[in-house]
Amino acid sequence: MNWVGHYNYWGAIFLMMSGFYVVISRGNLIKKLIGLNIFSTSVFLLYITMGKIKGATAPILTEASQLTASPQIYSNPLPHVLILTAIVVGVATTAVGLALTVRINERYGTIEEDEIRAKDDSL
Amino acid sequence: METTIDIVLLTFLCITAIAIIYIRKLFCGIMLLGIFSLLSACLFVTMDAVDVAFTEAAVGTGISTILLLGAMGQTNAHEKRPPYQPLIALLVVLVTGSVLVYGTMDLPVFGTPDAPIHLHVAPRYIQQSPIEVGPPNMVTSVLASYRGFDTLGETAVIFTAGIALVALLGSSQKKRPPCASPPQPATLHDHLILRIVGKMFIPLILLFALYVQFHGDYGPGGGFQAGVIFASGIILYSLIFGLNTAMRVVSPKALRLLGSLGVLLFGGVGLLCIALGGNFLDYNTLAARPVDGQHLGIFLIELGVGTTVFAIMVMMFYAFSLRGRNTS
Repeated sequence: MNWVGHYNYWGAIFLMMSGFYVVISRGNLIKKLIGLNIFSTSVFLLYITMGKIKGATAPILTEASQLTASPQIYSNPLPHVLILTAIVVGVATTAVGLALTVRINERYGTIEEDEIRAKDDSL
Repeated sequence: METTIDIVLLTFLCITAIAIIYIRKLFCGIMLLGIFSLLSACLFVTMDAVDVAFTEAAVGTGISTILLLGAMGQTNAHEKRPPYQPLIALLVVLVTGSVLVYGTMDLPVFGTPDAPIHLHVAPRYIQQSPIEVGPPNMVTSVLASYRGFDTLGETAVIFTAGIALVALLGSSQKKRPPCASPPQPATLHDHLILRIVGKMFIPLILLFALYVQFHGDYGPGGGFQAGVIFASGIILYSLIFGLNTAMRVVSPKALRLLGSLGVLLFGGVGLLCIALGGNFLDYNTLAARPVDGQHLGIFLIELGVGTTVFAIMVMMFYAFSLRGRNTS
């Protein structure tokens, strides 16, 4: 029963796939961006899952941990660093996507993909 | 106990994701996305990633929701039903998902201490960073010192996104300057309770942002989180007292200056290290004792990151709100 321990990865994959489904099946551009956000959050979840060690604490040195005899185990700080910056970069890219959506709406009067395509074809 | 919380939160996340798929009202979708972010922040706390949880709570629930709502306000609030049945999409998703699940079979079990990821650079960071770099928060040492070059790149990406946003949305501003348009009442001006509570909270939010900025070495926090929290204080101010008032407090010109100053400060510290005889972003050369140099360097670059993130986030909010006002 070794594979039961993978439930966290599977949760992240389920969320990733629901975000992916929203991105490819929905025509509304803002909805697509929402899906993209779900997708990226689940990727963050996958990374943080990999950094976790059972029984460890957050990677912050405290005075209490120095006093105890047994060495304190810390979770891996590296994925935390990568994801922390990725979150802020993610919101910046989302904002650029939203700005493009607003401009598309001004130009075409709609943010539905099929209507935009129909208007393009009729030109 | 931890496992139970973990599974409950994961279940909630899955339910929220399914609700987002089904719901047609974009407003509800955006609100659910905020809930999704908050839940994932809780999950990050249970997995010991406190800094990440902090960022996710501030960015995903605060700024991201505000920006999505701002874009929705200028477009269409309702999603139309797609004319085709997305069966192919469902098939693609199922196949991709099962391939990924098959791939996880080779991954080490969740939480094992001897997984490959924990064997290479992580022990160095955990054992040596309090001695080599100094701050008790290892995430800050890795972020600002060991991987400072990465962080510089990411700050530059945020800056670039800000420039892109101004280029995309700021163009029509020239035709009708904001001072010419009649001052509009703020969105929340009619809500007395919100206005008074907001007025009481804004100074506390700003103070908390400064605490997060300067306490990042010792606890969860740092430039990224502080910048976002400071920006959310200003955004709350502009929602309650109107965009024009907020623009008098923090003008767009000052934001552009601050945004570029932050990146320049970060890069300048790196160049200063070269000038003092070290490598790029090698803070050991900044002071007589290497640990003091590291401390000073981390302080300066966190300040740069915080300034840039704050300026760009508020700039994005201004860009969306001004666009909405000019077109409506």
